[in-house]
Amino acid sequence: MIGLNARQIALGGVPVLHDIAFEARAGEMVALCGPNGAGKTSLLRALAGLLPGLAVPDPRQVAYLPQGARSAWGLTVGEVAALGRLPHGDTNPDAIARALQLCGIADLRDARIDRISGGQARRAMLARVVATEARILLLDEPTADLDPDAAHAIMGLLAGLARAGAAIVVVLHALDLVRDYADRAVLMERGRIIADVPAAEIVPLAAAAFGLPWGLDPHPRLLPPSAR
Amino acid sequence: MKKQRATRAMIKGLAALLLALVVAGLLLGAGGFGWPAREILVELRLPRTLLAGLIGAGLGLSGAVLQGGLRNPLADPGLLGIGGGAALGGMLAFYWGVSAAFAPALPIGGLLGAGLACFALFTLAGRAPSGPALILAGVAISALAAALLTLALTLAPNPFALAEITFWLMGGLQDRSLSHLALAAPPILLGGAILLRLGPGLDALSLGEDVAQSLGQPVGHTLRWAAVGTALVVGGGTAVAGSVGFVGLVVPHLLRPWLGERPSGLLLASVLAGATLLLGADLLTRAAPMLLPLSQEPPLGVLTALLGAPFLIRIARTVAP
Repeated sequence: MIGLNARQIALGGVPVLHDIAFEARAGEMVALCGPNGAGKTSLLRALAGLLPGLAVPDPRQVAYLPQGARSAWGLTVGEVAALGRLPHGDTNPDAIARALQLCGIADLRDARIDRISGGQARRAMLARVVATEARILLLDEPTADLDPDAAHAIMGLLAGLARAGAAIVVVLHALDLVRDYADRAVLMERGRIIADVPAAEIVPLAAAAFGLPWGLDPHPRLLPPSAR
Repeated sequence: MKKQRATRAMIKGLAALLLALVVAGLLLGAGGFGWPAREILVELRLPRTLLAGLIGAGLGLSGAVLQGGLRNPLADPGLLGIGGGAALGGMLAFYWGVSAAFAPALPIGGLLGAGLACFALFTLAGRAPSGPALILAGVAISALAAALLTLALTLAPNPFALAEITFWLMGGLQDRSLSHLALAAPPILLGGAILLRLGPGLDALSLGEDVAQSLGQPVGHTLRWAAVGTALVVGGGTAVAGSVGFVGLVVPHLLRPWLGERPSGLLLASVLAGATLLLGADLLTRAAPMLLPLSQEPPLGVLTALLGAPFLIRIARTVAP
């Protein structure tokens, strides 16, 4: 379980979060939704202890994946995944192999992360988070540059980790994915939590926050693999 | 796996090459190749050979650590002004005549100068010490150190001091004795020990500062110790050998194609490769008067710059987008 209760959190003198009462329980996937600049990433970083003045959680228990994570060097996929073991101070080959397998990139182990596709690199970064075997996962748009098939694969993988007992907090823009995979959706606007609802009820609330109309889609659309 | 085997083979190969160069360094003298008298061996060739290896090892290691920690393939103690700071510090000890009265004042001056340059660098670079901002900060510090150095040279109290300082600044290991070795070794060994422990922090930093922090390797901790270790290694080396550039820049680039780019995987090999490179370069300067029509040895710093500058251009061409 991970949570945050704070009246106000500032970054560089500018308040970025107000009146936050947030909690994610073990076995639950919570999606953070809302317009750009609503404070989703700030809340995630606060939970990871990355904002000034907050307690830093145990790195073995809490794994964090930032938005658009990149590597400064041409590490191999296996080396990136192995970084997830740094908090434990070991190189547990089983945990690393399992993480690569789960993320579907076991065959890319020796490939350099700057010589593979953006989607494959994203999976490698996720494998790093999975390899830590943390009980709490904080992920910032893990499906941002993935094709629909890969996005469903990643979300399915996260849902599996949640079912196995992990607490997962994930920033997501794709409301379809929120509805299909998350248990709860937390809607943010201007640094505040304005709604905390079961994921199935997110669309009308998010539509109001985005200032967009909503309706039932009469056109064909892609469904998650589970609909097969 | 494959890479670990490559690393082990590379380290064995470098160690063998280094050993061969050490032997060559002990046997090669002004009169040619051969076993020298005991005094020459112990008083001249041994300290020179050990100093070249030690200083080269420190420069190679600090280059690998700085490039990893700053996530910048152009980082190098010289380019970042740390070498310039050390030269200025040592030079001031010369200038005030302190080093004549009290020999350790020279390396202490070098260490203080390097430490000050390090501190200025990380202050100027701010919260996210990376990329062009850091190189610019380093260029500024280098320029400042060079200007102050020139000022001190202009104001030098007597022409002999001027000649002595110029000779020292060009970088070289001619006529270094066991006492020089005793001055340089402790800071270099201490700094090297600090730098060798930074592997996990450097690896974590390759994925950015937030990830490093979330992996339990805070960026501030890693970079502070990288700065302290670099100041010790470069300060100690510069105090005895003057400004020897480009070794720290070149060594990690020579190793990456063989060993991969993971920063921690380069540290130990950089120690050996740096020692090998500088020892080889020093042997070249010693052999040069025998092979070429030169009246005396070319300065070591000039040789490494001649070798390093074209290399820097090649790196810039491959790294630039």
